[in-house]
Amino acid sequence: MKSLAELEAIRNKVVSNVTMRKDDHAVRVVVGMATCGIAAGARPVMSAFVEEIAKRNLEHVSVVQTGCIGVCRLEPIVEILVPGEEKVTYVKMTPEKARQVVAEHLVNGRPIKEYTIGEADK
Amino acid sequence: MDMVRGHVLCCGGTGCTSSGSEAIIQEMEAQLAAHGLDKEIKVIKTGCFGLCALGPIMVVYPEGAFYSRVKVEDVKEIVEEHLLKGRIVKRLLYQETVTEDNNIKSLNETNFYAKQMRIALRNCGVIDPENIEEYIAVDGYKALGKVLTEMSREDVIKTVLDSGLRGRGGGGFPTGLKWKFTYAAEGDQKYVACNADEGDPGAFMDRSVLEGDPHSVIEAMAIAAYAIGADKGYIYIRAEYPIAVKRLEIAINQAREYGLLGENIFDTGFNFDLEIRLGAGAFVCGEETALMTSIEGKRGEPRPRPPFPANKGLWAKPTMLNNVETYANIPVIINKGAEWFASIGTEKSKGTKVFALGGKINNTGLVEVPMGTTLREIIEDIGGGIPNGKKFKAAQTGGPSGGCIPASLIDTPIDYDSLMAIGSMMGSGGLIVMDEDNCMVDIAKFFLEFTVDESCGKCAPCRIGTKRLLEMLTKITKGQGTMEDLDKLEELCYSIKNAALCGLGQTAPNPVLSTLKYFREEYEAHVRDKVCPAHVCKSLTSFVIDPEKCRGCSLCSRQCPNNAISGKIKEPFVIDQSKCIKCGACMAACKFGAIEKK
Repeated sequence: MKSLAELEAIRNKVVSNVTMRKDDHAVRVVVGMATCGIAAGARPVMSAFVEEIAKRNLEHVSVVQTGCIGVCRLEPIVEILVPGEEKVTYVKMTPEKARQVVAEHLVNGRPIKEYTIGEADK
Repeated sequence: MDMVRGHVLCCGGTGCTSSGSEAIIQEMEAQLAAHGLDKEIKVIKTGCFGLCALGPIMVVYPEGAFYSRVKVEDVKEIVEEHLLKGRIVKRLLYQETVTEDNNIKSLNETNFYAKQMRIALRNCGVIDPENIEEYIAVDGYKALGKVLTEMSREDVIKTVLDSGLRGRGGGGFPTGLKWKFTYAAEGDQKYVACNADEGDPGAFMDRSVLEGDPHSVIEAMAIAAYAIGADKGYIYIRAEYPIAVKRLEIAINQAREYGLLGENIFDTGFNFDLEIRLGAGAFVCGEETALMTSIEGKRGEPRPRPPFPANKGLWAKPTMLNNVETYANIPVIINKGAEWFASIGTEKSKGTKVFALGGKINNTGLVEVPMGTTLREIIEDIGGGIPNGKKFKAAQTGGPSGGCIPASLIDTPIDYDSLMAIGSMMGSGGLIVMDEDNCMVDIAKFFLEFTVDESCGKCAPCRIGTKRLLEMLTKITKGQGTMEDLDKLEELCYSIKNAALCGLGQTAPNPVLSTLKYFREEYEAHVRDKVCPAHVCKSLTSFVIDPEKCRGCSLCSRQCPNNAISGKIKEPFVIDQSKCIKCGACMAACKFGAIEKK
């Protein structure tokens, strides 16, 4: 160890390994991972979320799984819960859409309306 | 890119290891691999979470689901339901984290954790103690870097002084002063040392810190070495702590690899290295002069002070010895500042203290509270009260050197001076809770048996005095004591206190003195009425069958190992007191509650 900067560099490299263990994950990304969701491709969607969130160092966001939400025909379904805001439900998700949601919704705070459940059958 | 989406933290402390956490970790890894989740879910073996009564403990993040008393058979369900399908297995959670509306709440909101403040234990149960990078990720070694590159040695000592930190090993001597004295002492070679020879029955604070966060102690010792001008350190730890020793060895090697121990640390020309010395488990080696004698490779016996170790310690060179928990506080004090630390606690006792809660208490385990927290808060709120609806009788702090605090003083704030004022002491942090079924004379006898065994024999007051104390206590518990014995007992206690060579002897009479002070009527009952009010002392207790309640089923007589019970079927049975060995097997066997202890 030669300097504080070197220590800081190691810290920055590994800090994301432990941030998950904090209790203050304000924002939750909930992925439907029942049989219907997995069959429709929920796993790559979830992986895309995890990867994108880690890449952008969004420490306040956690990705969790849930069971069947009920509208299996619209799977993969992802719900985003931000405290103080109404729940946003995205349907027919793909890894590509997931990355866009992270950028637009989680980073910029603008939900992507066209992917939400309200727009699904229009 | 790291694709991990979940962490499974399993406690690998001694408590959970002894209840089988190792097998659980293996099963978890096998199950994760079987379900193809081993790339996205990471298993981390941590140090102690504190709630040892509920071990083995497993916490799953990001949900923060706290599984308690996990069995190997449960692991498959947790993997399939929770980790694969995202359904938390509520049945297996620590029930206090399940709310009334069937949601789960954070661990920090439970009674056990809500009143705690974890400074020394900040990383226990949070990081993987065998991975230096996890320690660095939680700001580890930042304090050392700051000290070496930005602070003068005097600044460091002043920070520790201003923080008000006092020795956590029991004595409560201001840590900063110790640093200052060793800094000022003249000598071409100086040493730092760490006392990890935790010997009080029931105490496991230091073990848990070393098992859960060994790097914090290494970092603090390096800081201390810089402050006083030492380049060599020793950690004296008992061989009875194999997990702690192993993790410490791993941590020291990792620190060397990263250049955090060794030569020219942080490119400042500062050199420091550490060595582990294993103790054989003698209680007296926790006393500072005996500990140093033992590090030197000689028989672990204390020597008179002065000279103090600050002037003449290891190999007659200035040496600074601190306890594990004291060291664990140092990096936080450097990072957050003396003022921050001094804002916690009471006027004369700053910061927090770790206690090992044991005895008759629901939440047996490890807790850390701000100084000044009352005994009531620790026992009733954090500890969850006394099991089986029994009444709180006394708490024993400070182990064999401490005393008993009676129920009437349950609102005493826990700090060095308040405990001293009521005849007990902080000690290293063992806190044993006793209920109405504990006999206080018997408790005093238990601790004396311990000190008699552990007395090194160098000085007569301790070697002979404690033996005589034990004999008198034994006499009393057998119902053969006289009222004069009580006075003699007290007198001898004071003689030993005044004359013994080291801390072990000087404090050995404390359990007797404090129980005599607060529970004298119990001693008198043994002596005058030949009765043990708690029905513990065998010679003063008898088992009697109530003929009204006895149905004559003969179950008790079949259980009796000494054939002391006789009678005719369907008629009341009788216990022959001359044959009864008072084992209590009959009482446990009786289905009608007909057998009474008197």
